[in-house]
Amino acid sequence: MKRVYPDKEYCIGCHLCELACMTAHSESKDLIIAYREERGKEGLSPRKRVFEKGSVCVAISCRHCDEPSCVAACISGGLYKDPETGRTVYDEDKCVGCWSCLMACPYGAIRRHPVKGKIVKCDLCNGREEGPACVQACPNQALKFEER
Amino acid sequence: MKYVIIGNGIASIGAIEGIRRVDPEGTIMVIGAEDAPAYGRPLISYLLAGKVDPDRLALRPQEFYDSNKVELKLGTVVTAVDTGSKTLTTTQGESIEYEHLLIATGGTPFTPEISGAEGEDVYNFTNIDQARKLIERAKDMKRAVVIGGGLIGLKAGEALFDRGVDVSIVEQSGRILSLAFDEYAAKLAGERLDEVGLQVQTGVTVKEIQHGKDGRVVGVYLTDGAFLPTEAVVIAIGVVPNFDLARDAGLDVDLGIVVDDHMRTSASDVYAAGDVAQALDLLAGDNRILPVWPNAYNQGFCAGKNMAGQDVAYSGGLSMNSISFYGLPTISVGTVNPPEDDSGYEIVTTLDERKRSYRKLVFHHQRLVGYVLVGDIDKAGMYTAFVKFRLEVGDEDRDRLKAGDPDVLMWPDEFFRKTWNPDSEAPSA
Repeated sequence: MKRVYPDKEYCIGCHLCELACMTAHSESKDLIIAYREERGKEGLSPRKRVFEKGSVCVAISCRHCDEPSCVAACISGGLYKDPETGRTVYDEDKCVGCWSCLMACPYGAIRRHPVKGKIVKCDLCNGREEGPACVQACPNQALKFEER
Repeated sequence: MKYVIIGNGIASIGAIEGIRRVDPEGTIMVIGAEDAPAYGRPLISYLLAGKVDPDRLALRPQEFYDSNKVELKLGTVVTAVDTGSKTLTTTQGESIEYEHLLIATGGTPFTPEISGAEGEDVYNFTNIDQARKLIERAKDMKRAVVIGGGLIGLKAGEALFDRGVDVSIVEQSGRILSLAFDEYAAKLAGERLDEVGLQVQTGVTVKEIQHGKDGRVVGVYLTDGAFLPTEAVVIAIGVVPNFDLARDAGLDVDLGIVVDDHMRTSASDVYAAGDVAQALDLLAGDNRILPVWPNAYNQGFCAGKNMAGQDVAYSGGLSMNSISFYGLPTISVGTVNPPEDDSGYEIVTTLDERKRSYRKLVFHHQRLVGYVLVGDIDKAGMYTAFVKFRLEVGDEDRDRLKAGDPDVLMWPDEFFRKTWNPDSEAPSA
């Protein structure tokens, strides 16, 4: 399956991937409205996280692991592997906000939704025609969406 | 039947998913004692609290069993396993042959020697049936006593309180949450419960449960001599591995069913997984009972793959718990209460009283071996990485961990690359 691979040699830490991610997951699909309104009011947050150490940076998100720790830890059945697509799928309706996945995922790819009592996690922009928005937005091709 | 799984909990689901990764066709039968689809056992506190609908409890939809071609035999108890003829006998007198068997029978509630513990109005809080009964009971009940200040007891207490019941929790040891959490985290959780209005007493437990002439509970005598009037008692001391079936079948049993690094028991083609199994503990390096949820799934998954013919070693379990008390989240992973007389450990704690946020890191020589987070839990997974992958931590990185700032760029280069950005060339065979 195709996954998003981050390259720290190319990442410039600009956070554009986070903005693109938020826009893609917003109601409005508009960057300005997503950032200025939906972020504050509805707790819209990026599924990516940019780490920086000195001049080195990298943008990470869910790896859609073959054998994910989050699925093993989920007590509600809200996280599971889709055998067809290979994706690690999140069903918000089933989530009870116990934070077990957040604890178990050693890749730090799961965060709390600021207001909902649920998690947010990368869904590879499920159904988005152009593929993951973060990859498309990256100005230095530090994110690649491909089979490896 | 090619694969038979006794037990219908999370280890069982792990096993189905493990088997199907290797063998898409072989027949699978799951035998469950409870007459309910597999549900998340920790969810019963959410059910009792009214936070989750009864129809939302199933861990996997019916379609999962259909598409994986799993035959479910629920409400059925296996009474005997004959490992010679590879046959099971059920309560219905049925005889079922297996090629590969998984025993994932979990735990049974532990009931201490308390006079009056048998009888009406005394509950344990370990299954859906108990939760349903307590929901009914809570409608006309004013007071309940919970015996046990561990995870189950506190969550049962919290849920009953949410139903409008006055709850007293009694814990025999000096503090609540003594197994999973450190003293300070337990104190914060206790304060949160106290603030909301639950009574928590430590260093005391129930000596006797008093039933009235009609058999109904009227109150409990505590070990300090006090009498607490109550209409119900919930015993939540813990669970013990449910291994009678395995022992009677002649399998090696210690504290749980003994398994090797492939989840195999002492009998050929018989595996064990979940809370009933005594399997590898990643940090301790020997076999232990680590009855936590992710381990049960992982053990089942590993057993399933091996049952289907793959050769996969179990990577070892890690103790971990994540639980919230009235919105105060707490997470505990790995070794959180290290032996006091071992100078190889370094403990670093950080507390922000105002934000009610607490962090405890436990280092053993060059590695992080455990941590506790209360309140601010968002970086939990990043800490888990250091424990789980046993990454060496140099001085500079150690300072960053202590400052609450773990990240993936602190990982060794090669490990980072393999994890996040592996070569795009076809992997070598």
